[in-house]
Amino acid sequence: MAAEIIVDIVKAFPDRLAVQASFRLALEPPSVLVLFGPSGSGKTTILRCLAGLEWPERGTIRFGAETWVDAASGIRRPPQQRGIGYMSQDYALFPTYSVAGNIAYGLGPLPEAERQQRIREAVGLLQLQGTEGLRPAQLSGGQQQRVALARALARRPRLLLLDEPLSALDLPMRSRLCGELRSLLKQLAIPSVVVTHDWEEALALGDRMVVLREGQVLQEGTPQQVFNRPRDADVAKIVGMETVMPGRIVEASEGLVTVEVERRRLVAVGGDGIGPEVFVCIRAEDILLEAASTGTTSARNQLAGTVREVAPMGALVRVEIDCGFPLSAMVTRSAVEDLHLSPGVPVVAAIKAGSVHLVPRRSNGGPVNA
Amino acid sequence: MNWMAILVTLKLATLTSLILVMIGLPLAYWLAFSRWRWKFLVESVVALPLVLPPTVLGFYILVAIGPHSPLGRFYADLVGHPLPFTFEGLLLASVLYSLPFAVQPFATAFGQVDRRLIEASWTLGLSRLKTFFKLIVPMSAAGVITGAVLSFAHTLGEFGVVLMVGGNIEGVTRTVSIDIYDEVQALNYAGAAGTALFLLVVSYTVLLGVYAMNRKVWAVWPQK
Repeated sequence: MAAEIIVDIVKAFPDRLAVQASFRLALEPPSVLVLFGPSGSGKTTILRCLAGLEWPERGTIRFGAETWVDAASGIRRPPQQRGIGYMSQDYALFPTYSVAGNIAYGLGPLPEAERQQRIREAVGLLQLQGTEGLRPAQLSGGQQQRVALARALARRPRLLLLDEPLSALDLPMRSRLCGELRSLLKQLAIPSVVVTHDWEEALALGDRMVVLREGQVLQEGTPQQVFNRPRDADVAKIVGMETVMPGRIVEASEGLVTVEVERRRLVAVGGDGIGPEVFVCIRAEDILLEAASTGTTSARNQLAGTVREVAPMGALVRVEIDCGFPLSAMVTRSAVEDLHLSPGVPVVAAIKAGSVHLVPRRSNGGPVNA
Repeated sequence: MNWMAILVTLKLATLTSLILVMIGLPLAYWLAFSRWRWKFLVESVVALPLVLPPTVLGFYILVAIGPHSPLGRFYADLVGHPLPFTFEGLLLASVLYSLPFAVQPFATAFGQVDRRLIEASWTLGLSRLKTFFKLIVPMSAAGVITGAVLSFAHTLGEFGVVLMVGGNIEGVTRTVSIDIYDEVQALNYAGAAGTALFLLVVSYTVLLGVYAMNRKVWAVWPQK
């Protein structure tokens, strides 16, 4: 049997819903699991159980051949003995230590030469040269995040646990560091569990994804599977992005880029500094359906296709279209009647360039340039 | 000025302060981090010397270490002489009397260390003990110094407990406050004035240091 992390736990709270989670993550090859869900869904609790900072009332956590938690037989491996790298949402840098001191903090048992070597490595890896002597309070948010990562990585953890690694940063910095973090995780090749509520981060960072709500696992799969084929309306609502397709940027000019998806071309806004490999993401609500192309709309993208499926979802109807690639649109019931939408009917999907979101994606096996 | 009394007092205050750092740190750690539901019982006991008249505290200590108590007999058998009216007995009484002045600042400072920093230390492989010395104590430095200095200053000025437990033995248990009292009883106001001024200056200087440190008046570095 391949080595994996097996989590099957129940953690009760006196004042809110219990968290119940069951999932696995293969350790070989190392991959990144994203715990995804709105706040209060229990994702941080699960991460803290993995770190040994919370103890589930029931269940087990196994790491390869090791048992970290077995509530029934009272096994509780403390955080010190798990060989993990844990980064909390606010980074928790030690204010009484310098950057180098923070990085060296967990390297106590090593000989001095080895310790210096590890510090140099971590500083180099996260490009912290020149900040070694500074205190955490003197650093920018992005630098603090890198110091926290460097500190966690210097011990060469067997498992990396990141709680909302980018949420403490402001928006422009977040998307840039998201790309950096993704390259870093790939470069490190350490099994990782990342908690996030941001769909872009989930898509960019995760090899696998567990969707949580109110302490329950709703769906598990690759991010693309989860986004494109949400198990039910709850998952669809939580992820909020119904069409996610791998694409490739083929042209960029004047703030617009042209992306090729399954030999169809789409125009999107922005895309500076990402790609060429991207995920093309479109919200179902952002798609207009027309009976035939009028050719005079302001929408940059007009995709002719055929209706595959029509599924009512509450007040709206979800229309699955094949336009060279599967596309999900959300329209009203009256629109379905007016356009006579049913499987096999030809239709044109109009999408504004601004509604086509691009998220960096790694090309198969190749290096990533974020 | 009675230099002998000053010497006894400084020795007593220094040793009391040292002992309180040693037993106060673990006690304060427990008070700050234990989740035991009956913890308040211990907290109240630690705070008792703040409100009890020193004579009451002194009385109980005297009874507890006297030759009629098991503790007193055990000590007398072990060392060869009874504990009351010795420097050691006085030291024990001082430690109990100044306990809250050390433990409360320690515990308050420990309690202010962000839990997330402590957890980060654990995940970096440091045991609870190592986390205490490498993270919690350095982050609580001001509180630890405050506790040590306050217990020192408090011991300088103790009177009732010394009278009850220490007696008034020149060079052994006669402290500054007792000496001043004796001088006044003997109508030697000049002698009392010198010693009293000395005590005032030392106490004020020590407190100045503590309050200045906690206000960070010397800090030129931008604080955050």
